[in-house]
Amino acid sequence: MKILVAISKAPDTTSKISFTDGDTKFNEAGVQFIVNPYDEWYALVRALELKEANGGSVTTITVGGADADPIIRKALAIGADNAVRVDATPSDAYFVASQISEYAKDKEYDLVMTGKETIDYNGSQVGGLVAGMLDLPYLPNISKLDVAGTTATAEREIQGGEEVLETQLPLVLSASKGMAEQRIPNMRGIMAARAKKLEVIPAASGEALTEIIDYSLPPAKSAVKLIDPENAADLIELLHSEAKVI
Amino acid sequence: MSEENKQALGGGEFIIKDTDAMDIFIPEEFGEEQKMIGQMCTEFLAQEVVPVIERIDAAEEGLMPSLLEKAGEMGMLGISVPEELGGFNKNFVTSMLTTEKLGAGYSFSVALSAHTGIGTLPILYYGTEEQKNKYIPKLVSGEWKAAYCLTEPNAGSDANSGKTKAKLSEDGKNWVITGQKMWITNAGFADVFTVFAKIEDDDNLSAFIIDAHSEGITLNPEEKKMGIKGSSTRQVFFNEVKVPVENQLGERQIGFKIALNILNVGRIKLAGAVLGGAKETMDQAINYANERNQFGRPISKYGAIKYKLSRMAIKIFASESAVYRASQNIDDKIHSLIDSGMEKSKATLKGIEEYAIECAVMKVHSSEVLDYVVDEGVQIHGGMGYSAESAVERAYRDSRINRIFEGTNEINRMLSVDMMLKKAMKGTLDLMGPAQEVVGELMGIPDFGSGNESELELLHKYIKNFKKAVLMVAGSAAQTLMMSLAKEQEILMAISDMLIETYVSESVLLRVEKLQKTEGESEMNTLKMNAAKAYIYEAADKINILGKEALVSFAEGDELKMMLMGLKRFTKQDPVNIKELRRSIAEKMIAENKFIF
Repeated sequence: MKILVAISKAPDTTSKISFTDGDTKFNEAGVQFIVNPYDEWYALVRALELKEANGGSVTTITVGGADADPIIRKALAIGADNAVRVDATPSDAYFVASQISEYAKDKEYDLVMTGKETIDYNGSQVGGLVAGMLDLPYLPNISKLDVAGTTATAEREIQGGEEVLETQLPLVLSASKGMAEQRIPNMRGIMAARAKKLEVIPAASGEALTEIIDYSLPPAKSAVKLIDPENAADLIELLHSEAKVI
Repeated sequence: MSEENKQALGGGEFIIKDTDAMDIFIPEEFGEEQKMIGQMCTEFLAQEVVPVIERIDAAEEGLMPSLLEKAGEMGMLGISVPEELGGFNKNFVTSMLTTEKLGAGYSFSVALSAHTGIGTLPILYYGTEEQKNKYIPKLVSGEWKAAYCLTEPNAGSDANSGKTKAKLSEDGKNWVITGQKMWITNAGFADVFTVFAKIEDDDNLSAFIIDAHSEGITLNPEEKKMGIKGSSTRQVFFNEVKVPVENQLGERQIGFKIALNILNVGRIKLAGAVLGGAKETMDQAINYANERNQFGRPISKYGAIKYKLSRMAIKIFASESAVYRASQNIDDKIHSLIDSGMEKSKATLKGIEEYAIECAVMKVHSSEVLDYVVDEGVQIHGGMGYSAESAVERAYRDSRINRIFEGTNEINRMLSVDMMLKKAMKGTLDLMGPAQEVVGELMGIPDFGSGNESELELLHKYIKNFKKAVLMVAGSAAQTLMMSLAKEQEILMAISDMLIETYVSESVLLRVEKLQKTEGESEMNTLKMNAAKAYIYEAADKINILGKEALVSFAEGDELKMMLMGLKRFTKQDPVNIKELRRSIAEKMIAENKFIF
């Protein structure tokens, strides 16, 4: 089984988010970057489990600069066989998807996997776009995946229940929580990662369809106002004039 | 600076020589692979240890050994063990990093440290090829767990006075061991004991590798302890236990030497481990201070809390600087010995022995930093910190043992000065020459400085003066009291504390200097500089008080007056706004909601 897993770097969840250049750039100073958890814990680990059960190979692909190398090597330490980095700034989902599909189109992957979203921009677009560009079936938000022969059975949560899907390989899917358990890279994996191939390739032609104009933080939670039970009139006044709900 | 050009100081030499900042290792320089190894440890604790910490502390049967086995699968039990014995052959600094990261694991980290340190190292360093091949791979994989049996009911700090005996069996095939060992970490589940006993009527201990399941070995129930409740601690009784003669470890009577050398490693490793614990508590304290509202705002907004948070962080930062500086010194020494043809385990021992003073000094400093941090951690949590449901409560109880085991802090204080004076007497450390120079300087006109030194130059001048203060007090104490100094433990402890403060102050300064030179200006480097300044500012007053305590205890008349004047001069500093320095650090941590260094 030949599997391609798209992984990207994302800020650690405890990072303090701020912006520079007049709120037009995300301030990376002091931010710890990790492998996007949906890409790592679910897509990559399930890919490795499938490889361990069925044989084959797992390649990771990342669109990004050399600053993405540490997270790529972590993926190699977890167990991916080799990695590809498309040397370009991941400007938007369309651009990233076009780079991944350009790389994957003639390599006959059985499975192309990615996380259901990155935890920074939460676009949830790359998987679907890649599937479209490669003209393959797309299974989004998958929480369980089994493969028997060339038949894939997948589960995903839907409103009020679960949906079971069946389709034929090759396919593209995006992984959500539950597909696999986190794997911590062990010493052997970390040492082996050094010897694994991280191929850097130039970007294929492609364009970004969107650009970010500016950023802003969510409004801070305002303090709770306590009103004495004696003064019900004040409450009505506030609900009317401030909260504007009555 | 290239390795070849490094001006490595010998052990203890920091007190008489300067170090170039570019020659020291600083934690900011960890490479990608080292960071990944560190992260492995942190993730392992988060996934496997912290979720079951209550069960660990309830001493649930089988849980701790299964966690050690998992750690073995991860490769954490053999970080610095040679590859041919199943390990990963990493250098001392890397193994220190794993020790630090795993140090945040409460009782688990004690069990793991005992296994990988005092449990594994005696065999690794002193074992024959057969012994190493038989035991080390299984200890590295976690299949076998190890414990170290040195302490006895009447032989604690005075370890060589142990009464456990070994005699040769009539057929000459076995040693027969009889005795009682106490406070044995991992005793409840260990498979392999390294046991110290005296052969016949020897003066010194010998060491033996003993199968823990041998006939004649019995255990007392688990000790009820103040903290590290999940760590198995039991008494072990040996009643005519037969040990094949080939299980003797090292030569006859070198057991005490093995014990001491292993303790040197244990001390610096402990210093690293407690830093991991301290950083964990630091994060918890910042989190809580940001969450807890009183008088309408988070308590982190109050100066009293900022004061605590910043002092905790500054102490951790300073202690960490010194621990990794010493670790790299040890690594460099090991490598130079290997390059000159020495075998790795011997070189490792020699390398660590060279820096035994630094190991002792840092054991004391870091364990006391942890105690300070957990104490203030509880205080910041207020009543919640006193509740057994809070993590800081566990940290507070677990911290206390660190000042007791691996040689009490008092023993280590005494040792640090004793080793330094012995080196001076042997002629390997020229203390008296520089001490005489300081006395000469006392007679001369004081150096008032040019008044336009840079900040770094000024700070370096302070450190030079700290060294002069130590040399003056230690030198005159040795000269005045001579052989009786050994009995004046109050004076020795004061000198030791001066030594500790000097070493740590210099280390933190060298770290920020190197950062300025390699990374340049940044907000973070300014905060680190503030931490160094705040640390050195406090150290000056400490050294002054300690020096006075020592001087008035043995000197008199004009000589005392002159030295007190000198001490004042050597600990004098330009005033700094210490409150603002501390606040800058606290406020950044509060904004980031975590320890920032």
